[in-house]
Amino acid sequence: MIAAYFERLNETQGLNFSVFYDAFDQGRFLTGLWTTSYICVVAIIASLALGLLGVWLAGSNSRLARILVRGYVQFFRNTPPLVQLSFFYFAVATLLPTVSDGFGGRSPLVSGTGWAIIAFSLFAGAFNVEIFRAGIEAVPSTTVEAGESLGYTRLQLYIHVVLPLAFRICLPALNNNLINLVKTTTLAYAIGVPELLYAASQIWSESFNVREMMNVLLVTYVLLVAVLVFVMGRWEKTMRIPGYST
Amino acid sequence: MASRHQLGEPVVVVAGVEKAFGALRVLKDVALTVRRGETVCIIGPSGSGKSTLLRCINALVPISRGSITVAGREVNDPALDKLALRRDVGIVFQQYNLFPHKNALQNVMMAPLHVLKQDKAEVEARARMLLAKVGLSDKLATYPGELSGGQQQRVAIARSLAMNPKVMLFDEVTAALDPETKKEVLVTIQDLAAEGMTCILVTHEMGFAREVADHVYFTDGGVIVEHGPPGDLFGAAREERTRAFLDKVL
Repeated sequence: MIAAYFERLNETQGLNFSVFYDAFDQGRFLTGLWTTSYICVVAIIASLALGLLGVWLAGSNSRLARILVRGYVQFFRNTPPLVQLSFFYFAVATLLPTVSDGFGGRSPLVSGTGWAIIAFSLFAGAFNVEIFRAGIEAVPSTTVEAGESLGYTRLQLYIHVVLPLAFRICLPALNNNLINLVKTTTLAYAIGVPELLYAASQIWSESFNVREMMNVLLVTYVLLVAVLVFVMGRWEKTMRIPGYST
Repeated sequence: MASRHQLGEPVVVVAGVEKAFGALRVLKDVALTVRRGETVCIIGPSGSGKSTLLRCINALVPISRGSITVAGREVNDPALDKLALRRDVGIVFQQYNLFPHKNALQNVMMAPLHVLKQDKAEVEARARMLLAKVGLSDKLATYPGELSGGQQQRVAIARSLAMNPKVMLFDEVTAALDPETKKEVLVTIQDLAAEGMTCILVTHEMGFAREVADHVYFTDGGVIVEHGPPGDLFGAAREERTRAFLDKVL
């Protein structure tokens, strides 16, 4: 039905949405969508973990740990993500050993997709450290004091009191950063990762349908971000505290 | 007024305590002893170091010099196990400081579960009992933001009691409450004291201090000006400064 419609659209109007009727183009596009989604999900989870770890170390008693976190945040926040990605793929990757690919050849230890995930996780993680720090600093010191007075250790206090409150405070900022992360994944195009933009560009360079694919691409990202916003919105809703405003 | 119950061994002993924030000396050679089962009120003008003293007792604020022992444990010891100390000392704050993301029952249950690792069913039964004791059986599932100040403060008291402390500290717990809710909280504390809980209150409630305390300390400018049973202190203060203060507040 849909395939037939778009096929006719191409024949009658010259609007070539090949991804909707051409099995080969469709396959490439779906692979791109899957790769992008995969990078997004893994990088979002990893960046959240990095943010948590970073903010924990930033508040620790160890001077070294604090300096390391500061350095990490400054480095990844103050340099362009495309440069970071290139740095990992073209500089760091060449220092790593290669592994046998099972067919008598050698392949890199970390794939392009792997480097994209690493680079984007570190990039978004740096911002998450700062976002979580802002949230944690907004938790009233008196609430923390109450926990300390009850004999909570610093870790227990973080898990049961500080983070649940800080999360709620920093959710809007976190939303922004994660949406940014989803959009930043298109940079993986530059190192040949078969994500959405890469797949689209392959399709339009063979099917000569740049304008159509651009529209498909934009709509796809709108939908991807909409899914993320929906999930975050649900999360925010379930975490709403009766009678408490942040 | 004479003591209404048998007093046991000293639970909190403060001796020669000095505390300075930079050049500001907020406690100067403070000494006091609180025995098991005793209710002690600390009164005095704002900024006289009363709250700081309480916060020194559970090591929220480190002291500069002197000694504080709680149940035989030296607070001014660099090797102090702060967590063990704080399990013995309950503290209730002026601003309640409940955990806003947990309901009343959970607030009371949290510390015994997380800190003492006690059995959940037992903790819950005890939390229900404590909330019933402070008159909040009907507010178990209510969040702090939906409770009145007096109700929040009573949850805070139950939360501290859930840890089975050896001594309870009350830091101007009724200062933010209106007269009616103030009464609920004071009655709760009075019941506790009557049951033999060791209580140290920093308070501006002179009527309460006179009625419930076994011993009253008057502080000003970081020193204990005078102390004694409430009958003596309120009836016949020896020091001019104490009389001047009491004249103003009574």
